[in-house]
Amino acid sequence: MKLQTHAWPSTYDGEAKPRKGFFTDTSVCIGCKACEVACKEWNHVPHSIEGFTGNSYDNSVALGADRWRHVAFIEQRKEVGLESSGGSLVQQASLEDLMGKAGLGTYQEGDGHRWLMSSDVCKHCTHAACLEVCPTGALFRTEFGTVVVQEDVCNGCGYCVPACPFGVLDQREEDGRVWKCTLCYDRLKDDREPACAHACPTNSIKFGDLDDLREVAEERLKVLTEAGAEKAQLYLHDAADGIGGAGAFFLLLDEPEVYGLPPDPVDTTRDLGTTWAAVGAAALGLGAAIAVSVFGGRR
Amino acid sequence: MTTTADGRLDPPAERDSYYGQPVLKEPVWTVEIPIYMFVGGLAGASATLAALCGRRHSRLARRSWLTALAGLAVSPALLISDLGRPERFLNMLRMFKVTSPMSVGSWVLALSGASTSGAALHELTGRFQLVGRLSRPLAGLLGLPLATYTGALIAQTSVPVWHEARRELPALFGAGAAASAGAAAVALSPVEEAGPARRLAVIGATAELALVAAMERRLGELGEPYHEGQAAPYGQAARVLTAAGAVVTAGAARRSRAAAVAGSAMLLAGAVCERFSVFKAGFGSARDPKYTVAPQRRRVGAGEGHGASRKAAATAP
Repeated sequence: MKLQTHAWPSTYDGEAKPRKGFFTDTSVCIGCKACEVACKEWNHVPHSIEGFTGNSYDNSVALGADRWRHVAFIEQRKEVGLESSGGSLVQQASLEDLMGKAGLGTYQEGDGHRWLMSSDVCKHCTHAACLEVCPTGALFRTEFGTVVVQEDVCNGCGYCVPACPFGVLDQREEDGRVWKCTLCYDRLKDDREPACAHACPTNSIKFGDLDDLREVAEERLKVLTEAGAEKAQLYLHDAADGIGGAGAFFLLLDEPEVYGLPPDPVDTTRDLGTTWAAVGAAALGLGAAIAVSVFGGRR
Repeated sequence: MTTTADGRLDPPAERDSYYGQPVLKEPVWTVEIPIYMFVGGLAGASATLAALCGRRHSRLARRSWLTALAGLAVSPALLISDLGRPERFLNMLRMFKVTSPMSVGSWVLALSGASTSGAALHELTGRFQLVGRLSRPLAGLLGLPLATYTGALIAQTSVPVWHEARRELPALFGAGAAASAGAAAVALSPVEEAGPARRLAVIGATAELALVAAMERRLGELGEPYHEGQAAPYGQAARVLTAAGAVVTAGAARRSRAAAVAGSAMLLAGAVCERFSVFKAGFGSARDPKYTVAPQRRRVGAGEGHGASRKAAATAP
């Protein structure tokens, strides 16, 4: 199923390019943060030092105006169903060919811990709440089907910030405008892949035509599932989900909320009718109350 | 994350969040916004009140036009000062988007400002007959969406306590606006002229109290931020002030001007507190991931999810 947005490809006619996106396969992420660094370098994103968080190796906390890629680190004591036969998880995994076939290399050796790592990014939703609520049109849909903020238009109203179901957008305080991942719009125009994908050493961040990536992801999930990664799942891959599928989707090894992602995100625009109907009813009620007050009394 | 006796790391205490961090971003809106939600509501309902009072209650009409004009003079200033780039405020009228209540609201506010100015100009000078005749109905009509769209503005966000209250918020703000416009006119009028305004204030206050109760009942667990943290004192103050203000306005305010002013002050303060209560509750709701994750997970578990996560996951340990 093609992921058609309201504005793409219809409004671009012949200028529409194939929809581009990211498939982030977290099962091969090694938490090197090269994506975070490359993104900052290429996009001149101001530095933002959070210091030591104590949350595993995560020292950059969350996506925001000054962080367009964020690597999450989760340490789990994990029953992988291999304890019975003894030996380290790595040995067991290699015995069962999980390492070789499925590339499940994120298990720590020894005592049943595993590290989940995942590089988060703007999802470039098919139905993007940020774009819908933006009153100035600063947020727009590019010819690649991505969602980008025009910095010369944004007036810092901040509506997109709580509108985003993923908490991606934020206002840069000293600047007043909102900033987020552009999927390296400038590089795309030059037929180059985004900086983060280019820097990723394990190809955990895959960039390409969304249609192709979705096929790759399905195959990858099949391999992992057959290899016994029972909670492995594709996240935001389904065109029928609350945001109509995403331009940046993920293969996760646990539930989305474990990674700080909402399990059932929704573009609130789908409830727009209810909301405006409520405004209409409220306005009528207010008018009626005023009319009754003015005309209904003794004088 | 803690360490157990045998030196192992425990898994995160909360498996349903990432180190307890918020999923959503808190709004970046500051104190101007809840004040605007009050002032805009007061101005909108006052314009409608003034338009309907017309010749029948001409003195009440004049005072309400002035209240509306004052509110509409202050409103853009409040909104512009909240922008990250105030000098770009005109970009608000760069396009008209039905999907963005802020866009619709900007147009309503701009047109309300223009038409209310026209109506007030005629009212004050007695001249510009044509301007007055054209402006009055338009200002009166636009006052209704102006007083209620702010409910949609915050409802069309991912903040759970706002979005899930999308059916109640516009009415709640409209009721607050009715109470405010009535109260302002009561305070500015001699007792014998304030009859319609008193009725409006009492109807508005009663509706406000009923709608808050209905909203919180329907939100259930999600409504917790109203009772905990920063929203709670505002909510309590709003209830007490609105109820007391309504009682005074319905009773003693019919005889004593002093009581009328006191009752009005309570109603106005109550409406301000109500907006702050809703505003602060939204921040509390965005800050704690449980309000985002738990209802979504329940949806997925019940097979009512939209498809981002697997249903099977809900039954996994």
